[in-house]
Amino acid sequence: MSDLSFVRSEMLEEKAPPPSSVGVVGWARENLFDGWFNSILTVASLGAIFFVLSAILPWVFSPTWNGTSLNECRDILASAGGEGGHGGACWGVIRERWIQLIFGFYPAELYWRPILAFILLGVSLSPILFAGSVPGKLIWLSAVYPFVFPWLLWGGTIWAPFGALLGFVFGYGAYRLLAPVIGGLGALIAAIVVPIIWWLVLMGGFVSFMDANLGIGIEAVESRKFGGFMLSITIGVVAIACSLPLGVILALGRQSDLLIVKSLSVGFIEFIRGVPLITLLFVASTLLNIFLPPGTSFDIILRVLIMVTLFASAYMAEVVRGGLAALPKGQYEAADALGLDYWKSQRLIIMPQALKISIPGIVSTFIGVFKDTTLVSIIGLLDPLGLSQGIRANAEWNGIVWEIYGFIAFMFFIFCFSMSRYSMYLERRLRTDHR
Amino acid sequence: MSDLALDRTVDRSHMSVSDKVAIEISGMNKWYGAFHVLRDINLTVYEGERIVICGPSGSGKSTLIRCINRLEEHQEGSIVVDGTELSSDLKNVDKVRSEVGMVFQHFNLFPHLTVLENLTLAPIWVRKTPRKEAEETAMHYLEKVKIPEQALKFPGQLSGGQQQRVAIARSLCMKPRIMLFDEPTSALDPEMIKEVLETMIELAEEGMTMLCVTHEMGFAKEVANRVIFMDAGQIVEQNEPNEFFDNPQSERTQLFLSQIL
Repeated sequence: MSDLSFVRSEMLEEKAPPPSSVGVVGWARENLFDGWFNSILTVASLGAIFFVLSAILPWVFSPTWNGTSLNECRDILASAGGEGGHGGACWGVIRERWIQLIFGFYPAELYWRPILAFILLGVSLSPILFAGSVPGKLIWLSAVYPFVFPWLLWGGTIWAPFGALLGFVFGYGAYRLLAPVIGGLGALIAAIVVPIIWWLVLMGGFVSFMDANLGIGIEAVESRKFGGFMLSITIGVVAIACSLPLGVILALGRQSDLLIVKSLSVGFIEFIRGVPLITLLFVASTLLNIFLPPGTSFDIILRVLIMVTLFASAYMAEVVRGGLAALPKGQYEAADALGLDYWKSQRLIIMPQALKISIPGIVSTFIGVFKDTTLVSIIGLLDPLGLSQGIRANAEWNGIVWEIYGFIAFMFFIFCFSMSRYSMYLERRLRTDHR
Repeated sequence: MSDLALDRTVDRSHMSVSDKVAIEISGMNKWYGAFHVLRDINLTVYEGERIVICGPSGSGKSTLIRCINRLEEHQEGSIVVDGTELSSDLKNVDKVRSEVGMVFQHFNLFPHLTVLENLTLAPIWVRKTPRKEAEETAMHYLEKVKIPEQALKFPGQLSGGQQQRVAIARSLCMKPRIMLFDEPTSALDPEMIKEVLETMIELAEEGMTMLCVTHEMGFAKEVANRVIFMDAGQIVEQNEPNEFFDNPQSERTQLFLSQIL
């Protein structure tokens, strides 16, 4: 028998791992004190964190909640032993103005309307965000909600949102009626043209007629009374909700074999991406009035909504295109080989996968759009940043900086962080490749 | 190249070639840009035929069968599948595609859908079959390819051989009259090749019209009624399998066979 030969005579029993490698001690050894260099780094990092927090936390936890002006805050701090105005935050400004930072100058007796609108927003988003874990019937609320939302916020006659909804009904009706007669493409064009004619030409008459004969409505609120986070969320939600479908259409257009569709999509995307958002907002606030016929009043928030949506959809289109490019060609071929037509294979095979791949990019774009809504303060809309200038100019609060901006930043962080966490949840839920 | 190690003899009782034409390709030419990839292809396939197409890589054999369901467009000549001529008319193309099943080298299952959903998708959306009926058909074919227990898993959880059998079942759910196989076993481990070939043989035993691009010469000998050898974009030689392997006529064929057998 040679030296290389080996035969095990009995199998080994399972043993517990050494105590120093499991539990809290094992974790700390492995992650914090793994060698002398890492131990020094750990201690130094803890020291740095302690240093920063010891400067910030006393400032944050300052007993100034009831202060009614910056001077009063300083008095409270001085009597509590601080050294004047810089030793602690002056939270009185948030207590006094938080409602304004949220609702702007919206009439106080009508606050229930935006509150209801945003609660309904959550409810109508739930069948989309958490499909499968809420009743499926809620999707009908989601379908009607885009018309309820502006009506609750701006008020006025119920016939305006109803008329807008009718446009979609007419478009669908035109498609169903004409598709058997003149074919799919002609019916599709009719389904786009009919609602546009309705909205631009006929709807005004219908709304005023119905309002005169059967006036149902709630008190109207003008756009200039909108402000605060209500305005940011309104712009953000509309831009987010509209930019995704628009972006998908643009991305498909950019990949199209039809030369004109392709060039229009590429031209639009490249133009919008090549121009700063602030320029588009200035166009919305000033230039657009010059080009529109005299006497047309075109709501400023609506104009901003359109611009922000177009801006976001150009970015969205590129994110979605990235997802499309990542799909193997075999997926298109398999869908074709089974006899699925273009739209069915896009809807059932390509888009579900492309959008799933692009979730991180899509959510980044969403977050970017939501934060970009603060730019509207430059054209005079009173979003939280626009309001903060007014508050800081106020005699009582003149000199306040960190508290307001900190509060605004904190609110934005809550929204953006939620979106980010949601996208991680969604990625986990949709993971089917089991890598 | 190994011979097909089959545990049983192939049942030829239903393998009969009818005189009805399934596919008629005449004077077909195709170019990729300036590259002449298919040259003057003339091929008539009768119902019930089991044709194996072989040849060196780049000879145009995959392109040929991809032209039959118009995954590739030909520029000259005509292809008539089951009485429908392939042209730029999308209605004809979709009609042909729903009657011609295709199995790919890399399976091309839809990873975001379960196995069952992969199988029912086309029947439901193209054939407008009610969901329940489509699911019953799907389970029937899953049992046929011997993996009914995997119905609710995702393709990513299956082995390569199982995925390819799901892909075959997915095509069969459309009740195709013709099946195209584009190197169905080239991406598989040896023991998985066997289970996929087994499924293909069973299909042939039931009288399915099949065109297979494959390097499995054992399969060609046992199952095919005709072997086509392609090189440089043209059909160089075609014959019955016995004659083809024992007595190849063209020098090019002799060279090819001497290298792979």
